[in-house]
Amino acid sequence: MIPVTLTLNGKVVSADIEPRTLLVQLIRDHFHLTGTHVGCDTSQCGACVVHVDGVSVKSCTMLAVQVDGAKVQTIESLADKERLHPMQQAFKDHHGLQCGFCTPGIIMSALNLIAKNPNPSESDIRDWLEGNLCRCTGYHNIVKAISAGAEAMKS
Amino acid sequence: MYDFSYKRPTSLSDAAEMSEQAEDGSFLAGGMTLIPALKLRLASPSILIDLGGVQDLTGISQENNTLTVRAMTKHADVAVSSEVKNAIPALSEVAESIGDPQVRNRGTIGGSISNADPAADYPAALLGLGATVETNSRTIGSDDFFTGLFGTALNANELVVAVHFPIPKRAVYMKFPNPASRYAIVGVMVAECSDEIRVAVTGAGPSVFRVFEMEEALQKNFSPNSIQDMIVSADGLNEDMHASADYRAHLITVMAKRAVAKLI
Repeated sequence: MIPVTLTLNGKVVSADIEPRTLLVQLIRDHFHLTGTHVGCDTSQCGACVVHVDGVSVKSCTMLAVQVDGAKVQTIESLADKERLHPMQQAFKDHHGLQCGFCTPGIIMSALNLIAKNPNPSESDIRDWLEGNLCRCTGYHNIVKAISAGAEAMKS
Repeated sequence: MYDFSYKRPTSLSDAAEMSEQAEDGSFLAGGMTLIPALKLRLASPSILIDLGGVQDLTGISQENNTLTVRAMTKHADVAVSSEVKNAIPALSEVAESIGDPQVRNRGTIGGSISNADPAADYPAALLGLGATVETNSRTIGSDDFFTGLFGTALNANELVVAVHFPIPKRAVYMKFPNPASRYAIVGVMVAECSDEIRVAVTGAGPSVFRVFEMEEALQKNFSPNSIQDMIVSADGLNEDMHASADYRAHLITVMAKRAVAKLI
């Protein structure tokens, strides 16, 4: 077992884990933050996207030991109690989800895009979503939601 | 995934020493290939040596006519670097075309070329631009670095430290990506270097390779017309559910022509 200490959603937390533990397993199984999903487990679908030190990563394709000392942010960090983050609210308003399984990963991915490019065009958004799969919506409303979320985040 | 022990050295010499002492060690760079391989049990090292803590392995710099990208520099950083965009825009485009944003946020140039996937993008950039690979013990020219399917000239325990790219007069990378994986079905780098034209192809064969016939034709006349009737042999090219060897051979000429057209 190896000790890891990280800042998870603003709180310093520690765990003793096997080296082969994936980051997503640490987040879900150890810290019981189940908003981060495991879809494909092959780094294709993006349901497991979280932020490590400010950039989006697929937490099924990172070892938990690699985040020792890092800052990790999951979907649970976004809402302020009952008040949704503007990007979450935009997904609700624009029907950017149906089953919702892919949504946490897409929102975390989108926030990384907005951090790099606060005014993404539709094609910027579609290119960026290369790493996220949604099997329900056909993406149109997701793209609209991200665009609206980007606008809402300015105010 | 089988269990393994995990080490996180902070210096290159410690990393190499750990690897020497390990019975069956493996270096971990960005992990974008190795971690999936561990999950599939295609790789099962007893010790994983994570290079994420090694000092001085990241960064991009330019000295005279050479652009240096250190081994643990991530694709996302190469893609947005103004230094790379100014010196070799094609290299920035290569990095931007790899995988998806999350892969680019983790994957590294050193990891990519050490893995030498036949469909990876960076090998075309190295061979096309005539780069030099610096390791912890020597330098290796790109013509000698890639030796076959997932094969490189690296010895056991040898680590890529940096890649040095001579700045070309002009260069472009044309890629026909697999629409699902974004790996190159065929990717062609065409570069006019200081004293030669280079054409390097990834995705088509077991390993990245140059098309000397095209280089000679382009040397005489740098125009898509000079290579348009060239038929690259399909012998030995990759064949899978995504594309036949014949189709890949055909795409080499198509992508090379598009590359040249874009450059003039």
